[in-house]
Amino acid sequence: MSDVYVMGVDMIKFGRFPDRSVPNIGAEAALMALDDAGLGIQDMQALYCGNLGQANAMVGQRILQEIGQTGMPVVNVANACATGATAFREAWMSIKAGMYDVVLAVGVEQMGKGLLGGAGGGDGIPKEGLLGSGTMPCVFAEAGMEHTKEYGTTFEQFAKISVKNHHHSTMNPKAMYQIETPLDEVMNAEMISYPNTKLMCSVNVDGSAAAVLVSEKKAKELGMSRAVKVRASAMASDPYTDRDLVMPDVNACTRLAAKDAYEQAGIGPEDVNLVELHDCFATAEMLHYENLGLCKDGEAGRMIDEGHVELGGKVPVNVSGGLLSKGHPLGATGIANIYEVCTHLRGEAGKRQVEGAKIGMTHVIGLGTACGIHILEKVN
Amino acid sequence: MSESKPLPVVDFLKIPESGDPYLEGYRCKKCGSTYLGERTVCSKCFARNEMEVIKLSETGILHSYAIVFRSFPGIDVPYISAIVDLDGGGTIKGNLINIDPDPDKINFNMPVKITYGDALGRKDKDGNSYLSYFFEPA
Repeated sequence: MSDVYVMGVDMIKFGRFPDRSVPNIGAEAALMALDDAGLGIQDMQALYCGNLGQANAMVGQRILQEIGQTGMPVVNVANACATGATAFREAWMSIKAGMYDVVLAVGVEQMGKGLLGGAGGGDGIPKEGLLGSGTMPCVFAEAGMEHTKEYGTTFEQFAKISVKNHHHSTMNPKAMYQIETPLDEVMNAEMISYPNTKLMCSVNVDGSAAAVLVSEKKAKELGMSRAVKVRASAMASDPYTDRDLVMPDVNACTRLAAKDAYEQAGIGPEDVNLVELHDCFATAEMLHYENLGLCKDGEAGRMIDEGHVELGGKVPVNVSGGLLSKGHPLGATGIANIYEVCTHLRGEAGKRQVEGAKIGMTHVIGLGTACGIHILEKVN
Repeated sequence: MSESKPLPVVDFLKIPESGDPYLEGYRCKKCGSTYLGERTVCSKCFARNEMEVIKLSETGILHSYAIVFRSFPGIDVPYISAIVDLDGGGTIKGNLINIDPDPDKINFNMPVKITYGDALGRKDKDGNSYLSYFFEPA
């Protein structure tokens, strides 16, 4: 099987674009990624398009209607917050399978503001606020509080994650916000679902990201100087756990995918130089330090207290600003974090550059549950 | 309609003709996994047609929770969204009531019991009332 390389990758600056269409937003990133690869849409053999909000509306084909209708096969994918990573992975798999040498993956989302989630739809009466809460800030607060129960993790430790990611985003011009948020400001922001304040919740934004993936043969033909090798592409759904009927289990699913990813790459967590992980809420990031093996179980609080996950630390996490400050356009997120890691591996990340980065990891998780993990490696 | 019996808020809440309401679970006879609501295949051990219908316990312990301060419009806040492990198996989510929504007052693993009551005055489009379950400190 051929190795797979990212030859072009880019994202638009995340923001709010209520006057644009979903395909139009996606088309912009697609063209940017093609330019980055030095290729045109006519060179692509297939398109894998991730979008959640219009999952039944042929977004991939509508993107091609804006940038070039070659007749190539198009697959539209939806997999909650793992949608972008799933599109990327389908593209990766098509090259692994030997079907194609050059394919395009696009992730795009237009969000609107406000709370996501909600308990118990269906017949009868609304269940929100009656049988607990299905809002995302609450669901992830409950998951974080499990960590508090087990290890005594504090509200302040969760809040520090948000301080860190907002700080990182001040160095990322493509992030939604570039604003420092000191600890007292994070902790005193409006409480949404304890222990997540408003500044500990990801930002709903519109955005898109895209990548051109190629086979080894094609990469050699095009030149390897800025190519990034995909060392692992792993995906898992939630294995059975005792509480997962009422408490979506983001831990077991991530651990399963991480194990697979490390095995594929033949490396361990100690070999990873930077990680973009799914900080949909500050409480979630804490869990994934352990789920991804960046530290031992019970040590996540120390990772943030001792600065190991900051830029300049042992394993910087979410130097892009993460979903907390860069923003979280659901379908785009899984490719935007691949863009971030590739940019560091190429040594092109400017002020937020993780010096000497050779191997990076991306992680997303969509409730329901889908986890996608990629390990990327600098070639030259 | 106002004189009619309330409807159950979820399918696994049973309201018998006579006697007290209760929560119904399905338990796999092969591996013991407990599910809320009806199913025929066990998603843990994959056994088919090995489910037995059980009455779930009305006591348990608080596994995790969050205190909700912002919900959808029209929902009263704050409230405690709680995850409870029932004695004898099964995990269930609901509102924890009759305790301050204050992390200093709420203890993990605290014993709780299930109570039943009107679904906060909520009615469906036909005007039917509903019976819901709640947790309170035991």
